[in-house]
Amino acid sequence: MITFLSLLLTGLSTGAIYALVALGIVLLFKAAEVVNFAHGSLLLLGAYVTARTWEAVGFPTAVALGVLVGALAAVIVERLLANPMRDAAPVALAIMTIGVDIVIATELNRRMGPDIVVVGHPWGGTAARLGDVAVPANRLIALLVAGALIVAFLVAFKLTDWGVAMRAAAEDRETAALLGVRLSRVTTLSWILAGALAVVAGIFLAGSPTPGLSPAVGVIALRALPAAILGGLDSTTGALVGGLVVGVAESLAAGYQDQLSFLGRGFGDVVPYVVMIAVLLVRPAGLFGTREVGRV
Amino acid sequence: MLIVRDVDVSYQGAVAALRGVSLSVPAGGIVALVGNNGAGKSSLLRAVSRNLRRHRGEITGGAVTFDGEPLRDPGDCVRRGLIQVPEGRRIFGRLTVEENLRLAAHGAGKKLVPDRVYDLFPVLAERRRQPGLLLSGGEQQMLALGRALVAGPRLLMLDEPSLGLAPQVVARIVTVLREINADGVALLLVEQNAALALSLAQHAYVLELGRVSLEGPAEKLRDDPDVRRLYLGATAVAT
Repeated sequence: MITFLSLLLTGLSTGAIYALVALGIVLLFKAAEVVNFAHGSLLLLGAYVTARTWEAVGFPTAVALGVLVGALAAVIVERLLANPMRDAAPVALAIMTIGVDIVIATELNRRMGPDIVVVGHPWGGTAARLGDVAVPANRLIALLVAGALIVAFLVAFKLTDWGVAMRAAAEDRETAALLGVRLSRVTTLSWILAGALAVVAGIFLAGSPTPGLSPAVGVIALRALPAAILGGLDSTTGALVGGLVVGVAESLAAGYQDQLSFLGRGFGDVVPYVVMIAVLLVRPAGLFGTREVGRV
Repeated sequence: MLIVRDVDVSYQGAVAALRGVSLSVPAGGIVALVGNNGAGKSSLLRAVSRNLRRHRGEITGGAVTFDGEPLRDPGDCVRRGLIQVPEGRRIFGRLTVEENLRLAAHGAGKKLVPDRVYDLFPVLAERRRQPGLLLSGGEQQMLALGRALVAGPRLLMLDEPSLGLAPQVVARIVTVLREINADGVALLLVEQNAALALSLAQHAYVLELGRVSLEGPAEKLRDDPDVRRLYLGATAVAT
């Protein structure tokens, strides 16, 4: 039972991190009409900046720098590449983001080499105890921070003018434009938010129990993609639920892998995709997605 | 106020949709633009609101000015008081009634004051928290008009406001349009329903195959034998 609770808590915290990343992916799909495969690289880039600067400027400033660089990189991708291509087919845009992903990931790979770069969280590898259940403090803080960010995001999405504008742009860009909504601002803002959220997730992903930042973290972050898809790519609620489902499933599969050994070792790594396929078989539009064949 | 001079519009560099169209709407006036499907009415509205690019079209000749100045983009139109009520209402179904209004006010750079709209259309006040997709066709048209009103219009361009609506709803919309006009807002009424458009307007244009084939005072057009035959139907009586 204690193992189960501990795995559940670990799963929820990983899930909350995935949810942050998935939220960005959904936001970009809805408001900017891009499926962004470069999300893992943006995350890696921001976390890398934090890892390389914390010794010099201290952790809080380093986090701010990382988030800033992640958001800035997202804006550069938007202004330089996505915006000039905005009339192109969605598939072309998606493939462009794959290209961006490869470029950024390759460069970071080169810079990091085989090293594992420590991100320097002040809480390090300490474990927090909730009753008999022990989890890394990093994971607990991640759960709280991600939860707070998600709530703040959803409240803003629901209540503020830009939230209304984003939802309107997601539904019908032409009418939103005819009502005076500045679509380019909505799009840019989506990229900024998505990039910033991803970097926050990256900083937690590179902490305990993970030893530090390595190119693998960018790949792990891409598990948010099945999370976003199984939730329904155009639903913010779906991103949250999808993130949590993937996180918990992965954690349980990894924790009970001895019992699941007939599936082979390392099953936890493929669980996000297995869960996604299972969900899509039953609900092709995802758990909360709109049934929509194509966007015109 | 709005002047369209010798405008040519073509799509994808080839298909000519408008050829040498000229039209003007005076401040506070009501102008009707009548024509069949495909005559170029929507292209003209797109040319005015600078919304052609999205449809792979462009203005290849002539000029459009509003208060003597060219219009730059849809947002520029809205913020200068040139507001379009699009064909088919185009309500945001996943936004609530009030969010639809809020968006329109925000787009025009104004703070939302919905009282006037709720006074004109009490049913919208009752349904303010409901998503737009639950509204009936008539209520959607009211909301589309409401969106235009909260943006602070000086000239309203209405694209087929009577399309698909029950007669009593059309009557209500017409009453409201007269009230809006009485407040000094100019109207450009684009309609297939020529009887309705010609009864409201002072001046009218008939668009045929991308050209203005006829123009003049609305009363005169109502009595024109060709207009009666082509647009008002043999037995229609314009009142």
